[in-house]
Amino acid sequence: MGGNSVKAKLRKRKIKAFVSQVLANKMALFGTVVLLFFILVAIFGPLLVPFSVLEFGEVEDMLNPPGPGHILGTDDMGRDVLGYLIAGSRISLLVGALATGISMVIGTVIGIVSGYSGKAVDNVLMRITDFFLVIPWLPLMMVLAAILGTSIWNIIVVIGVTSWAGTARVVRSQTLSVRENQFVERTVSIGAGSGHIMLHHILPNVFPLVFANTILIAAAAITSETTLSFLGLGDPAHASWGMMLHYAFETGATSTGAWWYFLPPGLCVVAVVLAFTLMGYAFDEILNPKLKER
Amino acid sequence: MNKKRIAKKLLYAAITIFFVLVFNYFLFRILPGDILSMLSRSGKTTPEMVANIREMYGLDLPWYQQFFVYLENLFTGDLGTSFIYKKPVAEVIGSRILPTVILLGVAEVLAIVVGIVFGIVSAWKRGKAIDTGLLSTSLLLYSMPTFWLGMMLILIFCVNLRLFPINGMVTPGRVFADTWAYINDVVRHMILPMACMALVMIGEYAITMRSTMIDVLSEDYITTAKAKGFSNGYVLRRHAMPNAMLPMITLIAINLGLIVGGAIQIETVFSWPGLGNLMYGALVNRDYPLLQGVFLLTTVTVILANFLSDILYEVVDPRVKSMGG
Repeated sequence: MGGNSVKAKLRKRKIKAFVSQVLANKMALFGTVVLLFFILVAIFGPLLVPFSVLEFGEVEDMLNPPGPGHILGTDDMGRDVLGYLIAGSRISLLVGALATGISMVIGTVIGIVSGYSGKAVDNVLMRITDFFLVIPWLPLMMVLAAILGTSIWNIIVVIGVTSWAGTARVVRSQTLSVRENQFVERTVSIGAGSGHIMLHHILPNVFPLVFANTILIAAAAITSETTLSFLGLGDPAHASWGMMLHYAFETGATSTGAWWYFLPPGLCVVAVVLAFTLMGYAFDEILNPKLKER
Repeated sequence: MNKKRIAKKLLYAAITIFFVLVFNYFLFRILPGDILSMLSRSGKTTPEMVANIREMYGLDLPWYQQFFVYLENLFTGDLGTSFIYKKPVAEVIGSRILPTVILLGVAEVLAIVVGIVFGIVSAWKRGKAIDTGLLSTSLLLYSMPTFWLGMMLILIFCVNLRLFPINGMVTPGRVFADTWAYINDVVRHMILPMACMALVMIGEYAITMRSTMIDVLSEDYITTAKAKGFSNGYVLRRHAMPNAMLPMITLIAINLGLIVGGAIQIETVFSWPGLGNLMYGALVNRDYPLLQGVFLLTTVTVILANFLSDILYEVVDPRVKSMGG
């Protein structure tokens, strides 16, 4: 019990130090604020601006430019673009978060097992990792999504299982260096099993790296959802930024100059991806002391 | 050059390609229904066609023998028949390679040159206004979905400014006076998709070049060179750049996968008649043999390119040779 409370205190101090460093870093702060804004919009927005994908407007409401009543105009079905945008933020962020979660778990498990086991297991796992690392991501996701069928869950799984290779590589190399530490040797000598060591001694030591990497994967996951939906692999039953862009392109909004239909969802994607990217770089700098020396 | 290391890399590349073949085979077998029912859904079929397909794919054989039939067909260049074009997949793909290679080739060269220059300037002027400007532009470009950038370029340059044609590779139905008029027309169609592809890549090249350059510039030998009294430009050209270029070789190879993804999006947005557009069409029409064929071609090409870049890296960087393993 005593040991645990000391551990908890230490962890608290570490988290506090991390938060103050984030607040001091302009990039990290900007990214965090933008992301929090979108999360709040996704949670509370639909309460303020009710919207349904299935509620079409009248003919005279179709593809109207921004004006009174519809701040951001209407789409080709007479639906309010602002309402669509807010409803879409839910799915876009949810798909991004869940896909990132899957990717993080697979990448961390494969990286730790590969790095800790070494030899044949390492060799086999790394060849599989190479496969996912080198194979072009969009064609792979397109083929998988086309075969599994278009649903929100399939999209999440497809993005999750195709994007973990980078994490596995990073985690593996970190595991290799953690494994050489004396405390691991001591734990082995008092009879700890491999599973215990990987879970209680390796994982906490590679976690900061996983964290920074995860944020960069989240950026890629959001872009992937948008791109897959744009290419017609999205779930028509749900509103998402990618689906908006898909419909805008399909109905020729680009060539007719209906900018209000595709400019806002694109800007939202750019803002969220940029926020994640900035946070990722900043966290990497904070958590990876070597970079600071430069 | 170490023959053992190259043999090992070659083996790894071969294993990865084998994975792709196995993956490709099983992926398209778990589809609902077999090839025959998919074909009959896609249009008219005669009993002769059915018999032909049965024989071609070895559908009466056990599954493991079907796999060997698949491999045999593959190595003889037989990728099946496209549902929509009603022609051999290899033939359909062949006619689409050149437009993609031209588009990507020009865009890639442009992006590498501009990206490297941006990166070097950024690193050299680290912390100054020009660095901040270039870095934020690069990050912004890096964060944009490729297809959306394409849509924005069309909106600005085609719809509002009316500078370029919206889509395609040549003006349909136009009769050209001579070859120059034809080339001129193609170039006008190509400028926007090429610029779009290049812009997307510039961001990443610039960011990577900047960070390697910053690493290199903090090395002792740079300080030494400066202390010897060499000019800044000389140190940059002769001491810093050759070392900072090395990681770019790997990045360019790794990026090939991203470029393929970019080509699918850009060719779709601009209706450029290349492989990316072909794959999009195959996807929309669920033309599985065609989808499988394009997927196989792009994947194997990217794997081979990565293998070549590994070899190139080994030739260029003397340090790799002395390291074991």
